[in-house]
Amino acid sequence: MKWLDGEGSDKDIVVSSRIRLARNIRDIKFPQELNNEMAEEIKNKVNNSVIADERNNDVFKYYDLKDINSTEQRVLVEKHLISPGLLQNSQIGGFLIRKDEKVTVMINEEDHIRMQVIYPGLNLEACWEEADKLDDIIEANTEYAFDEKIGYLTACPTNIGTGMRASVMLHLPSLVLTKQINGIFQAVSQIGLTVRGLYGEGSNAKGNLFQISNQITLGESEKDIMNKLKNIVQQLINNERQAREKIYKFNKIKIEDKIYRSLGILKNARIMNSEESMELLSDIKLGIEMNIIRNIGRKTINKLIIKTQPANVQSKYNKDLNPNERDIKRAEIIRKELDI
Amino acid sequence: MMCEKCGESQATVHYTEIINGHKSEVHLCEKCAGEKEVGSHFSINHLLAGLLDNQIDGNMKIDYVEPQKCKVCGMTYNRFKETGKLGCSECYSTFNDRLNSLYKRIHGHDVHVGKIPIKSGKSMKVKKDIEKLQLELKEAIENEEFENAAILRDKIKKLEKNIKE
Ligand SMILES: [Zn+2]
Ligand SMILES: [Zn+2]
Repeated sequence: MKWLDGEGSDKDIVVSSRIRLARNIRDIKFPQELNNEMAEEIKNKVNNSVIADERNNDVFKYYDLKDINSTEQRVLVEKHLISPGLLQNSQIGGFLIRKDEKVTVMINEEDHIRMQVIYPGLNLEACWEEADKLDDIIEANTEYAFDEKIGYLTACPTNIGTGMRASVMLHLPSLVLTKQINGIFQAVSQIGLTVRGLYGEGSNAKGNLFQISNQITLGESEKDIMNKLKNIVQQLINNERQAREKIYKFNKIKIEDKIYRSLGILKNARIMNSEESMELLSDIKLGIEMNIIRNIGRKTINKLIIKTQPANVQSKYNKDLNPNERDIKRAEIIRKELDI
Repeated sequence: MMCEKCGESQATVHYTEIINGHKSEVHLCEKCAGEKEVGSHFSINHLLAGLLDNQIDGNMKIDYVEPQKCKVCGMTYNRFKETGKLGCSECYSTFNDRLNSLYKRIHGHDVHVGKIPIKSGKSMKVKKDIEKLQLELKEAIENEEFENAAILRDKIKKLEKNIKE
């Protein structure tokens, strides 16, 4: 997955940027109300309109959710290639994935069409540019539900207007460590942005990974939404960098101790639950960014965070594992990856 | 406490409104509460509860109206309030009046300013052109400029044909 490459602008803090657009086809019931027959028709229609453009011909692959078992479905969610919402409609849902895994088009999620573009690092513009183009390609072969006054029409009025959700995933361990995070998030939520964990919720986010996104979709242009989000993200980046510097300056031995202890556990433990692994991997990630750990790559840790999620572990061993067995396998995967 | 709507009279009707999972307290004067549509936003229970709470015998009109249904998907506004999701794009015009106040509450705005799709946007532009020509046509007829009116009529016909195609 390219979005985990650990590249791009501000890569020491920003893991990835994402743009998601919600679109619907005019005068056809939204997925929630759709019968199976119509759902099939929508899948074909969207699928065909994506690959109708020759630029997309060989690079997109279509999957029907019905053909994928539930573990593999959850693997895709853990990799952020599809949303949990799509799994709720697993009887009628499908999706297209581009070869580089940066672009996904989900069909019959909450809306008929939800396209998302993910890039590593802070790069919302590149995401928007691709999403905008893909949007035009799909529109060329469909009739979008669009209203002159309130914009793109979506199943839920919270998405009308641009239908756009822009989000940035940040690694903010020092703001958590210095207990500044709650105050910052309260401020952020007051200006129409929301904060979620990578897998957890709110400030309990596991692995100190946070997703910040816009809540308002009506009355602000795509550019406005991105600029507002970028502005706040930039401030969070600065705050996190300052906190890291302070920690390094005043508590160097303490932070080194914390990071090396975590590394020791990861390299030696035989049983590891997902919560603990997220916490320890976050320490290693911080160690890499602070230049304390030099022989492990950013990409390795980013990928390990995904590889150690429950369905990913399950899928690798291709049989039903109980939670205990899974924790043992997780420890194995980590040891193998960090055995340098 | 003053009425939230007019800000002129004492609020005497109080109730909790839950829309889209979002709970909010509403405080209105008798007059404004009476103007609120019954059977949709404002259930009879709310009204009565509000009245009983305040021991007021207001002379409000309670008209029971058959719930409005979307002609494409059959959605009612009450069902939307339960699920937070509309049934199809036509629902937006069906429940336009009631949804309008919701937009402001959710987004702080009620007019789209972002991207306009190429195709749907094009017909939007043509529709606007037609409206403009129709005004000119009316004026031309009023001024008895019949030659000009004929030209305008042709132009409108042409554009209308464009949209249908
Ligand atoms: Zn009033
Ligand atoms: Zn409808």
